[in-house]
Amino acid sequence: MNSAAFFFIAVLTLSAAVAAACLRQLVHAALSFAVALVGVAAFYFLLGAEFVGLVQVFVYVGAVAVLIVFTILLTRHGTDENRGFNWSGVVIALAVLAALLWAIMRTPALYVAAQPGVTVTVRQIGEALMSDYVWPLQCVGLLLTAALIGALVLVLEEKR
Amino acid sequence: MMTPTLPTFLMISAALFCIGLLAALSRRHAIFILIGIEMMLAAAGLNFIAFWRFGPQPAPPIGVMVTIFAIAIAAAEAAVGLALVIAVYRHYRTTDVDQVDQLKG
Amino acid sequence: MSTSIVAHLWLIPAVPLAASFVILSLTNVQRAAAAGFAIAGQVIALLLSLGAFWPTLQTPGYRVFQNFTWFAFGEQALRIGFVLDPLAAVMLVMITLVSLCIFVFSVGYMAADRNFTRFFAYLSFFSAAMLGVVIANSLLLLFVCWELVGLASYLLIGFWIHKPSAAAAAKKAFITTRIGDIGFFLGILWLYGRSGTLLFYDGGTGALESVGLLSLGTSATFIALLIFCGAAGKSGQFPLHVWLPDAMEGPTPVSALIHAATMVAAGVFLVARVYPLFSLGAINGVTPSLTVVVWIGVITALISALIALAQPDIKRILAYSTVSQLGLMMVSLGVGGVAAGIMHLLAHGFFKALLFLGSGSVIHGCHEEQDIRRMGGLRGLMPVTFFTYAIGMLALSGVPLFFAGAWTKEEILHATSQWSPSRVPHYLMLAGVVLTALYMTRQMIYVFFGDRRAAAAHAHESPPVMMLPLIVLAVCAVGFSVVLTPAWPWLHDYLSGERATYNFSLLIQPMLYFALALVAAGIGLGILLYRRASEIDPIERTLPALFRFLENRMWLDELYDRTILGWARFAARLSDFLDRYFWDGLVRLCGGLGRLFGGLTKSLDERGINAGVDDATGVTRALGRFVSARHSGQVQIYLSVIAVGMLALLFLYAWLT
Repeated sequence: MNSAAFFFIAVLTLSAAVAAACLRQLVHAALSFAVALVGVAAFYFLLGAEFVGLVQVFVYVGAVAVLIVFTILLTRHGTDENRGFNWSGVVIALAVLAALLWAIMRTPALYVAAQPGVTVTVRQIGEALMSDYVWPLQCVGLLLTAALIGALVLVLEEKR
Repeated sequence: MMTPTLPTFLMISAALFCIGLLAALSRRHAIFILIGIEMMLAAAGLNFIAFWRFGPQPAPPIGVMVTIFAIAIAAAEAAVGLALVIAVYRHYRTTDVDQVDQLKG
Repeated sequence: MSTSIVAHLWLIPAVPLAASFVILSLTNVQRAAAAGFAIAGQVIALLLSLGAFWPTLQTPGYRVFQNFTWFAFGEQALRIGFVLDPLAAVMLVMITLVSLCIFVFSVGYMAADRNFTRFFAYLSFFSAAMLGVVIANSLLLLFVCWELVGLASYLLIGFWIHKPSAAAAAKKAFITTRIGDIGFFLGILWLYGRSGTLLFYDGGTGALESVGLLSLGTSATFIALLIFCGAAGKSGQFPLHVWLPDAMEGPTPVSALIHAATMVAAGVFLVARVYPLFSLGAINGVTPSLTVVVWIGVITALISALIALAQPDIKRILAYSTVSQLGLMMVSLGVGGVAAGIMHLLAHGFFKALLFLGSGSVIHGCHEEQDIRRMGGLRGLMPVTFFTYAIGMLALSGVPLFFAGAWTKEEILHATSQWSPSRVPHYLMLAGVVLTALYMTRQMIYVFFGDRRAAAAHAHESPPVMMLPLIVLAVCAVGFSVVLTPAWPWLHDYLSGERATYNFSLLIQPMLYFALALVAAGIGLGILLYRRASEIDPIERTLPALFRFLENRMWLDELYDRTILGWARFAARLSDFLDRYFWDGLVRLCGGLGRLFGGLTKSLDERGINAGVDDATGVTRALGRFVSARHSGQVQIYLSVIAVGMLALLFLYAWLT
C-alpha cells in the first residue's frame, strides 16, 4: 500500500468533508461533499475493492450529489443561507470523535499487518450476489423500487 | 512515512463519521443534515472494507457485499430524504429544520 | 432416467392442483376456460402418468422412491417422499384416464349448472388429491392427501347445497369416513411410535421393509386393523358403508369419479399398499388382521348385493353394487390375492365409471328422473347409451371371455377357494356373483326394455360430448380384458413383479365354466323374474316383507339412528341436564360468591385505594406533561441526545473494564 497516496487521499477527503460540513454556500458544500466521496472511493481502490470504489463514484457522485444539487436549486427560493451555527453540535461531535479514537487506540488486536495482494474480482462479487446474497439482493431491489415510488409520491403536487 | 494500518483507516473513518455528525447536528438547513447522514454511512462503508482487507485471508467478501448493499440503501435514503425536503419546502416554504417542529410536545 | 422420473413424480398431482386454483380464480361465466383448464390439466397428468408407467414396464418388480425431509423437530425429522412401483403406476394411469373421461362427460352433463366453473375446480382438486394418495411414499403424506380427498368428496357430494338432502349426505359422508380416519390416524401414531418412521420404502429401513417390520412385532396386527378402519370408512365397508349410497346426492359425474372409480378404491389401495403390515407373521398366508378383512369384505359384499336388489333409484343400485364389489376386493386382499384385488379394482374403475356415466346419461335424457320404475323401453330412444350400458352391465356381472370384470372375478374366486381357514367366503362370493348378475339384469330390464313408462316418454339421447367418454370407457372395459386372461396374465405378473408368458392353452380354466354357469343362472333368473316389469317389483309382490327389509337397507341407518345416534342424543340430553341444573348451580354459586367479594372490594376501593390511585395518576400526568414539554420537535436535538447517549454508554463501558 502506497503511504504517500494514502496520506494525500486522507488529507483530501477529510478537508473536503470539513468543507462540506462548514461552508456557508450550500452549493459549495454539496460540491465539497462530492469531492469527499471521491476520496472515500479512492480509499476503496487503495484497499483492493475496486468494484466498490466504482460503485461509490457512480452512485454517490453520479447520482446522490447531483440529486442534492438539484434539490438545492429547487428549494433555494426564499431561503436565507446565512444562518447561525449550532456550537453544541460541534462539542458533541468532538466528544464522539475523542471517544472513538480512544476506543481504537486501546484495542491492540487491531494492529495486524495486511496480507499482500488481496483483491476481490467483479466475478467473485457477481457470483456472491447470485448465490449467497440473492435474497438480500432481491430485498434491496424491492427497497429501491419502494423508495422510487415513495419519492415520486412525496414530490407529486398535492391535489387541490 | 508509515505504512497505513488498520487503526489509521479506522481513525480516518471515525473522523469522517464525526464530521458527518457535526454537519447533521449543527447546520440548520435540511440538506446539510442529509449530507451529514450520507457521510456517516460512507464512513461505515469504509470501516467494512478496511476490516475485510485486514481480516484473515482468504475470506468470503462479506465486507465488500455489505458495503455494496449499504451504498444501495444510502441511495434509496437520499432519494426519499431529498423528496421529503422538497415536500416540506412546498408545505412550509422553508428548509430550516428549526421551523419544522410540528411534533413538539 | 429412473431417478429423474421419480424426482418429477410430484408434477402429476401438481398439474391438476394448479388447474384447480386457476379455475377457482375464474368468474362464473368463464365456462369454456374452466373446462379447458381442467381437461388440459388432466391430459397433462395422463401423459405424465404414462411417462411414469413406461419404466415400470421395462423391469419386473420395478420400484423407485425419493424421500426428503419435510421438517425437523429436535433430533427427529419428519420425512415424506414419493414412490413409483407397478401398483402406483397402474393406479395413476387408471385414475387419470377415467378422470379425463368423466371431465369430458361433465362438460355436457353440467352444461346448465350455474356453478359450472366451481364444479371443475373441485373435480381437478379431487383428482390432484387422489393422485397424491397414489404416489405417496409416506403414510403421513398419504393421510394428508387422503383427507384432502375426503374434503373434495364432501364438497362435491354437497355441490347442490341448496338441496337439504345433498347437504345432509355430504355431512354424513364426511363424518362417517372421519370415524374410520380416527382409527387410521391412531394406527399412524402407533406405527410411528414403534418404528420411528412413516416412510413405506427407505432403502431397507422403511416401515414396510424388513427392518421396520421387525420393530413392530405383535403390534403389527393392531396397527393393521386400525389402518383398516380408515380403509373401511373410505371404501364403504360394513359397518361404515352407510354414507356411500347417500353420496349419490352429488352430481352423477361425481358419483362416477369419486364414489365408483377412484376415491372408494383408495381404501383397497391403502390395504394393498401396506399389505406387508397385514401379512406380517403370516402362517400359511393367514393372519388375524387379514381374517378380519376377509369377513368384513364378505359381509359387505353380500349385504349390499342383497340391498341393491330392492332399490328403485338407478344410482343407488349402482352405489350398492359398488359397495358390494369393494367388499369383493377386500375379500381378495384378505385371502392373499393382492394382484387379483387390484386387477378387479382397475377393471371395476372402468366399468363402474361407465355404468355411472351411462346412468347419468339416462337421468339426463329422462329429465332428472332417477326412479327406474318410471323408465323403461329406453333402448330405442338412447341407442348409444343402451349399448355402452349393456357392456358395463355384462362386465360387472362377469360374463366370461370378452369383459374385463369376468377375468378378475374369476381370479378372485380362485383365490378365495384357496383360503385355508374356511370355505364359507368362497361359497358366499359365488352367491354374490349370482346376485350381481340378478340385480344388474333387473336394472337393465327396468330401464331399457319393456313399456315406456312415465319418465321415458320424452327421453332423448345425450349430446356427443357425453357419448364420447361412454364409448371410450366401454372400449376400455372390453379391451382391458386382454391383459387379464390366464393365457397371458400380464397385469397379474406385472403387479407381482414377474414377466408374463403367453400360453393360450391356459385360457379356459375350470372356474370359467363354473362362473359362466353362475352368471347365466343370475341373468336367467333375472329375465324370468322381471320380464313383465311393472311399477310393482315381482319380489315385492311375492315376498313383501323381505322386499321392504331390503328396500329400507336392512334398517341399518335406522339401527344406527336408534343405537349410536340415540345414545349420543341421550348423552347430549344428560349433559344438557347436568349443565342446566348441576353445573349451572355451581356456576351460580361461584358467581354469587364472586359478587359478594366484588362488593367488598368495591367499597374498599372507593374508600381506600381510589384516592391513592388518583394521586398516582396525577403524578404520572404531571410527569408526562413535563416530558412532553421536553419534546421540542426538533430533529437535531433528538440526534444530539442519541449521540450523547452513545457517549454515555461508551463511558460506562470504559468504567466497567
